[in-house]
Amino acid sequence: MNLTLTHALWRYRGFILGSVKREFQARYRNSLLGAAWTVLQPLAMITVYTVVFAELMRTRLPGMDSPYAYSIFLCAGLLTWGLFGEILQRGQTVFLDNGNMIKKLNFPRICLPAITVINALVNFSITFFIFLAFLALTHTFPGWIILYALPILLVQVAFATGLGIIAGVLNVFFRDVGQFVNILLQFWFWFTPIIYSATTLPAAVRPWMDLNPMAPLAQAYQGIFLYGQTPHWGTIWPVAVLALALCMIALLLFRRRSGEMVDEL
Amino acid sequence: MGDIRVSGLGKAYKQYPGQWSRLAEWIVPVGNPRHIEHWVLRDIDFHLRAGEAVGIVGANGAGKSTLLKILAGTVRPSCGKIEIGGRVAAMLELGMGFHPDFTGRQNAVMGGQLLGLSLEDIARLMPQIEAFAEIGEYIDQPVRTYSSGMQMRLAFSVATAQRPDILIVDEALSVGDSYFQHKSFERIRAFRREGTTLLIVSHDRYAIQTVCDRAILMEAGRIRMQGDPIEVLDYYNALMAEHNHQRIRQEVLPDGRLTTISGTSEASIVDVRLLNQHDRSADTVEVGEPLRLLVRIRANSALPRLVLGFLIKDRLGQAIYGINTHRLEQPLVHLAAGDEATYCFSFPARLGKGSYSVSLSLSREDSHIDKNYEWRDNALIFHVFNTGKEDFVGTSWLGANVIVTRHS
Repeated sequence: MNLTLTHALWRYRGFILGSVKREFQARYRNSLLGAAWTVLQPLAMITVYTVVFAELMRTRLPGMDSPYAYSIFLCAGLLTWGLFGEILQRGQTVFLDNGNMIKKLNFPRICLPAITVINALVNFSITFFIFLAFLALTHTFPGWIILYALPILLVQVAFATGLGIIAGVLNVFFRDVGQFVNILLQFWFWFTPIIYSATTLPAAVRPWMDLNPMAPLAQAYQGIFLYGQTPHWGTIWPVAVLALALCMIALLLFRRRSGEMVDEL
Repeated sequence: MGDIRVSGLGKAYKQYPGQWSRLAEWIVPVGNPRHIEHWVLRDIDFHLRAGEAVGIVGANGAGKSTLLKILAGTVRPSCGKIEIGGRVAAMLELGMGFHPDFTGRQNAVMGGQLLGLSLEDIARLMPQIEAFAEIGEYIDQPVRTYSSGMQMRLAFSVATAQRPDILIVDEALSVGDSYFQHKSFERIRAFRREGTTLLIVSHDRYAIQTVCDRAILMEAGRIRMQGDPIEVLDYYNALMAEHNHQRIRQEVLPDGRLTTISGTSEASIVDVRLLNQHDRSADTVEVGEPLRLLVRIRANSALPRLVLGFLIKDRLGQAIYGINTHRLEQPLVHLAAGDEATYCFSFPARLGKGSYSVSLSLSREDSHIDKNYEWRDNALIFHVFNTGKEDFVGTSWLGANVIVTRHS
């Protein structure tokens, strides 16, 4: 079954890549600095966190003396969460936003979430490159160990894509899903150790944290970029299985409902 | 290639009493369905051969657009089978799903990619797309700044940049100005000569009559009639004027053509004859020959007022001349049931070569929409020959003179 979908994606690759490019261009048309904004935004974010938390508030992580430690900790979790959040949020509205096109043109609908995911990845790559440059400039670059971030990213993207498509399809039929996902994301963000370290949580809460699939991913990034640690693969693979399951459910749901979807748009 | 075969096609939309019942149906898939099926298309069967042009007519909500959407592949049918041979280009409503923030050029590229063209193909076709759309500098402006006519121009140019095996057009062309309409139909005709199958929805009688080989009349989601465009359109016209007490029937004339008769039958046409100057029945008429149209009518019930009108149409169904006794200020008033009357219209046949039909209407007022006693399309047919006058083109003989002055 997935062969036909993969085949459709391949056949329409020109359209998918073209759409990614057009969306990227469209975002900065009518702006003087153009694509520079893609770089300026994460740059501003990293600067603000460094200045506010590291310099003004003197936030220090236990056992770390570097003034940049907290910024690195923050960025490692925040930037990757941004990728997750963007895929999920854009994914849940992808069919609604493109309703006009879906109603008028005959093309494999699976292209639409593909465009969303690739778009998010492009944005993330730019941001992430800035982050790496920041690490290099502050002499805190952890070395080749950062390649371990790739499998973690893969798991996270798969997780977000599966969840995004499920939310996207459901949202066409039940608009409540969109509202719910937005609220869920807020809670989820603060329930994931991104701003704070999991070790600072009271012991009573920690077992609950283990139920959050985003927590081991965030901790893995922080481990790689701040401490140069290999991820605890034992905590990652259950998330990978879950991500795979979500993708399967997403495809099943999509195939069952994509015909009916047009009637509701 | 280019064939379309549709059998037993139907489309139902699910209507739920509320969102909760939809959720209940999703979660508990067993038991009675909690939705009502609202059928918008039912029992659609037809076969289009490659190169055929078919027009779909019908009132709003008859299911024409849904049918085209299913054929174009955007809407999935609820039942039935469709076989489509070849590449389909479809223009459903305006703009072909253009993205308002992208430029016309970007949208053209995207549209081309979705039609299955490669970037090289699109780059090669782009100058031609631009030239055909004739929107000038606007091609590099966002589509939201376009007028509806400009969107249509671009959409049509993209959809038809490469000859498709099947072209589906829904109304869209009616948005364009007459210049562009003309140009589009020219292109459609050229495609047809090369074998493209055309399926078009239009309220423009002229477009369907001149372009299509066949017409399909849809009513309330079903095919009511299909056949020769003029016959179908006449029937549709009668259907449009249909009121409570009207009946519509079609009869085959001696020459094989269909005549459509509609109306309340409160008055009827008993006899109609076209006579030439020798008082002989005029099947064939010489250009400029004086003619008399004799119509005998009967009132089948008491009528306050009666107007008889006739309309001469050419081979394509275009109106050439029409007049009625209201405009000629000779309406009949206060007729009793059983009253009869004979009308004699006389006029010279200042017509061009070809065949013409005469339609008749019996109504209370100027228009038959108001109160239609009887409307009879193709009541008779006659042919005009030109042996006496200079050879000319067109449907009207204006008998031009010429004075040539030479300057040296």
